[in-house]
Amino acid sequence: MPPIPEWLRLRRDKSVQPEDASLWQKCPRCNEMLYRKDVAANQWVCTRCGYHFRMHAYDRINALVDGDFVEIGTEILPGDPLAWTDKRPYPAKLEADREKSKLTEAVVTGFATLDGFPVALGVMDFNFRGGTMGTVVGERIANLLEEARRRRLPCIIFTASGGARMEEGMLALMQMAKTTQAVERFMENGNPFITVLTDPTTGGVSASFAFQADIIIAEAKAAIGFAGRRVIEQTIRQKLPENFQTAEFLLEKGHIDMVVERHDLRATLVRMLDYAVDRRRLTPALKAVPEFALQ
Amino acid sequence: MNVIVEREKSLVELEARLAQLRERDTASGELRALETKVEELRRDMFGRLSAWERVNMARHPKRPLASDYLAALDAFDELHGDRHFRDDPALAGGFAKLRGRRVMVLAQQKGSDTKENVRRNFGMVSPEGYRKAKRLMELASRLRLPIVSFVDTSGADPGIGSEERAQSEAIASCLLALTRAEVPIVATIVGEGGSGGALAIALADHVIMAENAVYSVASPEGCAAILWGDAARAPEAAERLRLTSADLNTFGIVDEIVAEPLGGAHRNGPAFVQKMLDAVDGALSRLDGLSGETLREARYMKYRRIGAWRDETGERAVALP
Repeated sequence: MPPIPEWLRLRRDKSVQPEDASLWQKCPRCNEMLYRKDVAANQWVCTRCGYHFRMHAYDRINALVDGDFVEIGTEILPGDPLAWTDKRPYPAKLEADREKSKLTEAVVTGFATLDGFPVALGVMDFNFRGGTMGTVVGERIANLLEEARRRRLPCIIFTASGGARMEEGMLALMQMAKTTQAVERFMENGNPFITVLTDPTTGGVSASFAFQADIIIAEAKAAIGFAGRRVIEQTIRQKLPENFQTAEFLLEKGHIDMVVERHDLRATLVRMLDYAVDRRRLTPALKAVPEFALQ
Repeated sequence: MNVIVEREKSLVELEARLAQLRERDTASGELRALETKVEELRRDMFGRLSAWERVNMARHPKRPLASDYLAALDAFDELHGDRHFRDDPALAGGFAKLRGRRVMVLAQQKGSDTKENVRRNFGMVSPEGYRKAKRLMELASRLRLPIVSFVDTSGADPGIGSEERAQSEAIASCLLALTRAEVPIVATIVGEGGSGGALAIALADHVIMAENAVYSVASPEGCAAILWGDAARAPEAAERLRLTSADLNTFGIVDEIVAEPLGGAHRNGPAFVQKMLDAVDGALSRLDGLSGETLREARYMKYRRIGAWRDETGERAVALP
């Protein structure tokens, strides 16, 4: 493995635990009471039955990258274009989610290396507004793809989303068009675009960049689809089978390339990069990143 | 129950009386007085519509449908099927001539009666419909035919079969195909623009919207159900979603609005259809002669800019006009 470049040591975001985190965590599948630290150390996979808890974006990044992670796009922050209020005003909801999740928005974007491969990495987080895509998510994703293209880096995006963000109305829907523009341009640069669909990936995110990737990986047991389960059940007025819209179901139907357990994700991604990326092209790419980091 | 239809009922009697008077005498004082009264009533009822009233206008059973627009073209030859699974009657597409111009047309088709609505799945397109659309978009790009779409759907089909056949991927692929198209794209929102299912054929260089059409990230009923657990609060949700043509024009999502007659497009359907086709023709004239590269660059910039966010450093923030 090549040494971690110096610029990558500069910044590293620490794993964040929600403040209300208690000592114990119950597994919703096997009902086992688990010691939270053990689950965290096990990448939020139940130590007894292998259930995959939803994972915080920074925990995921830490479990994935070689060393450091240079975050970009943190200056892109949500406004309130519709002056939206339902039970609470939209800005209050954003504030509460910032508190709860320690995130500035529903996606974290930046650069890192995976087993020496420099990559542009985006990780969505369900803890912030259910991972919904508003202007900021669209903007950060498009920005990431553009920066990846400029630097000739592969791009990997982990999705987790309830769809378009209602509180931003049609401006949220238009982010599907915005991210598509960036995906299309990125694809001209000869590097792979990989998405990893995690629980849940639905609506406007699944119907745009999530399913536009060259390689689509789904995390085991993740719920993935266009319409939400409840919407479909209401439409057809019957219960859906248990495995409907799961990663395994999608694999069987031919929608995705593979289903991977969380513990195998990093190794799988590295193998994909090894097939898809010419290592001889890495040197110029690595050179390109520090300039950005120092800006 | 459609609130516009309900309101129109109160005019039916007066209008019948008006017709009676017209038959007998064209210049009586009673006739003129009644004409003035009906006109005033109509202005009161339809002069200023709320968002929810426009939702009902967009869903009005007599509103011109895709089939009316297709029938008004100089020529239209439908091309069928996605080459894989089946032909989706909820989305019609094919070669057409519009004001003498060769174009590729895509249209979401609601039915005009229950039987046809069942056949056309109420205009809710399935993956095979989007795959047919994608095939025709790519063909249009290759043959250098501008793409014209008519949007009228409550949303993409949310059924089991559609999920099994990858609805997400089908829509995502349409978005990519439109992004790649080397030809002018003009989209019209003529009735309901239901979320991603509508956008799949409406990513365009020029988006035209009928005055009383609506275009929304979620249906008002669905939005109300999610927010308050009560679909009956749809009128309130409609107001907040900012789904009217005027709102979307302010956001830069819709480029042009085609005004409707007082009381809605269905008051004079054929004339409105012609007016919409004129607007499409005008837009295509302006896009004529632009190279594929120029069009794609402009399309990129257009969608790259949409949205509103703030920037901590105050340098790049994009706010609403």
